[in-house]
Amino acid sequence: MATSTTKALAGEEPPGPPRTTGGKGTARRRGALLHRLDVKGAPFAFIAPFFIIFLAFSFYPLVYTSWISLHDVELSTLDVMEFVAFDNYVELWGDSRFWNALQNTITIGVISTVPQLMMALGLAHLLNYRMRASLFFRVASLVPYATSVAAAALVFTMIFERDFGMINWALGSVGIDPVNWEADKWPAQVAISTIVIWRWTGYNALLYLAAMQAIPAERYEAASLDGASRWKQFTHVTVPGIRSTIVFTIVLSTIGATQLFGEPLIFGQGPNGITGGADNQYQTLGLLLYEEGWKNYQMGRSATVAWAMFLLLVLAFVAQRLIKRLRSRTS
Amino acid sequence: MGTLGSLRRKAVATVAAVGALALVAACSDGGDSVTGGSKDGDKVTITMGLFGVMGIKETGLLEQYEKENPNVTIKAEIAGDEQTYYTALQTRLAAGNGLKDIQGIEIGRAKEITETQADKFADFAGMSGTDHFLPWKQSQISTADGKVLGLGTDIGPMAVCYRKDYFEQAGLPTDREEVGKLWEGDWNKYVEVGRDFKKGFKGDDVAYMDSASGLFNAMVYGHSEQYYNEKGDLIHDKNPVVKDAWELSADAAEEDLTAKLRQFQPGWDPGLANGTFATAVCPAWMLSHISEKAGDANKGKWDVAPAPKGANWGGAFLGVVEESPVKEEAQKLVAWLTAPEQQAHIFTEIGNIPSSQKALEMADVKNAKSEYFSDAPIGEIFGAAAQEIPDKQVLGRKDGTIKDTFSQGLALVEQGTARDKAWSTTMERIEKAVG
Repeated sequence: MATSTTKALAGEEPPGPPRTTGGKGTARRRGALLHRLDVKGAPFAFIAPFFIIFLAFSFYPLVYTSWISLHDVELSTLDVMEFVAFDNYVELWGDSRFWNALQNTITIGVISTVPQLMMALGLAHLLNYRMRASLFFRVASLVPYATSVAAAALVFTMIFERDFGMINWALGSVGIDPVNWEADKWPAQVAISTIVIWRWTGYNALLYLAAMQAIPAERYEAASLDGASRWKQFTHVTVPGIRSTIVFTIVLSTIGATQLFGEPLIFGQGPNGITGGADNQYQTLGLLLYEEGWKNYQMGRSATVAWAMFLLLVLAFVAQRLIKRLRSRTS
Repeated sequence: MGTLGSLRRKAVATVAAVGALALVAACSDGGDSVTGGSKDGDKVTITMGLFGVMGIKETGLLEQYEKENPNVTIKAEIAGDEQTYYTALQTRLAAGNGLKDIQGIEIGRAKEITETQADKFADFAGMSGTDHFLPWKQSQISTADGKVLGLGTDIGPMAVCYRKDYFEQAGLPTDREEVGKLWEGDWNKYVEVGRDFKKGFKGDDVAYMDSASGLFNAMVYGHSEQYYNEKGDLIHDKNPVVKDAWELSADAAEEDLTAKLRQFQPGWDPGLANGTFATAVCPAWMLSHISEKAGDANKGKWDVAPAPKGANWGGAFLGVVEESPVKEEAQKLVAWLTAPEQQAHIFTEIGNIPSSQKALEMADVKNAKSEYFSDAPIGEIFGAAAQEIPDKQVLGRKDGTIKDTFSQGLALVEQGTARDKAWSTTMERIEKAVG
């Protein structure tokens, strides 16, 4: 009923004798044009808001950042820009702080991502069992993700505090000497990774859980008929069944690890956090960018770091594609 | 499927697109004026951007001014952290948007402002009733050609805050005059007392001072030339003053006289509350922080003794933005806020030391005592310290950054890095930071 009314209203050709008058013909042609516009144009109209915002807030800044990175420019005098071509990049290449930050970003990335995804896989497997209050556990595992970085990092900073922190207190009660979590390189990186792991494990676990529930139960039945143990079922049915989700979380975590910023900044407390500790022992690329821009007020060098980070991600992507192609060729 | 439905969809899409555009456009559209201040008939609205605890809003001065001038409304916005505040201020100065009529300027930024932003601030030169400041204070916010970009609020003369109970346990005198005599005239003696303290103190886990960087700052800030010479050249690596301060602070760090804390960072506060150190070099404005964080449990345990040598750490100015539509009214307000009576009021309320010579001589200021710090005569101690501050202090553009970098270098020594290596690392970092 509704459909026929709309058809009539829109002037679309109803079944019946053909009409020959010119006016009606134009109306029909206009109707057809509108229809074509609708089919061809509407999708663009729908995605336009995203692209307009993307252009204004992502693409333009990206291009402008690359322009700034070719200049010597300070925050206090943004209108005075001295063109230096690729000097900033050459300088960054020779800067030990950059390589140190890159190394820290990779090590913290590995220390935080690998256990995080392993634990998420285990957690998802447990959540996948039939159990009481499963909804409660599923929601609970998402709570850390909903906590703000600042709040989480601040609490962990207190827990890892040297003199009055909970962890050193616990270590002390079993006779272990207190660890200087902030000042020593590896303890600091482990502590920062703990914050990341705590925040993201539940989120990844829920992604895995959703994928696991899409695996047909028949496969498990078949596997158990073949005499596969729980562990065999996990490694041979579950893991292959959620492979694409695992790849997705690895990609997301890698991007997240490259951009790690808030956790080490707050962990280091104030100016000390910006440099990633007195010895730059946990300065990530994100922090180096911030130090150049908002401590040294050198916008050109800061933009250079930003572009270096972007190029690194592109490089990682290309390398991954190459490896994939090589592997598919050899197999 | 019908066209009306899709027409409706299209309409929705168009509205969404237009909405998105409007959002984008809205971002570039500011308020009525550059600074948010306005004049409507005789009704005046003045906006202020401040940081930390400058005491202007906290002690009710703004309300008092509004009461005395009923046509004036003041809107003050206070950022907690100066670093964040200054970054935002710089961005806004560069964009020419989002500024307030009146902006606070910290002493560490004064040089950068006078060198790079002088044309964006209104001139106070020759304004009547503004000749009551300490001789060096106003010169710090003046440009080379004599333009005065602001008026002074507080200054940061230094003393040493110490725990009487710990000094007693270590067999040291506890009376503030005797304590002051122990290290009178020489920071080396202050460290020497630390060695005695370490030997004499029986208990565990109490260090002599909070951090090596506090000592370093106090020593450097006591001299006319610090990180820059008068010509504006960097001398941080050659200045014997800096090197001496470094060596003595490194001595203290290596001999375990420090609690290895970072001032004003979260680890420092529980240190104060639990009493993990016996002394801290304290500028006047630090007292309110100590009393708040050390808490009632430690009331009366702290005392204040004169520092070995006078030095100035911190202080601020108030400037008025040139483009402000209420420039004159704002300048009048700044002059009133920084007048001797108001500075004295702030001091008696929260302890910020006036930068006004006249205010320092007022009886209320001179006779002020701090109940928390065992009734120490802080007016007398800090007033005397203020007179000891060198009459000329050469500021540089990157003073703040250089200070932070040296603090980090000393933290390296506290963590066990050899001092020569820490020194060369610090020099490299400063090179990067100023280059």
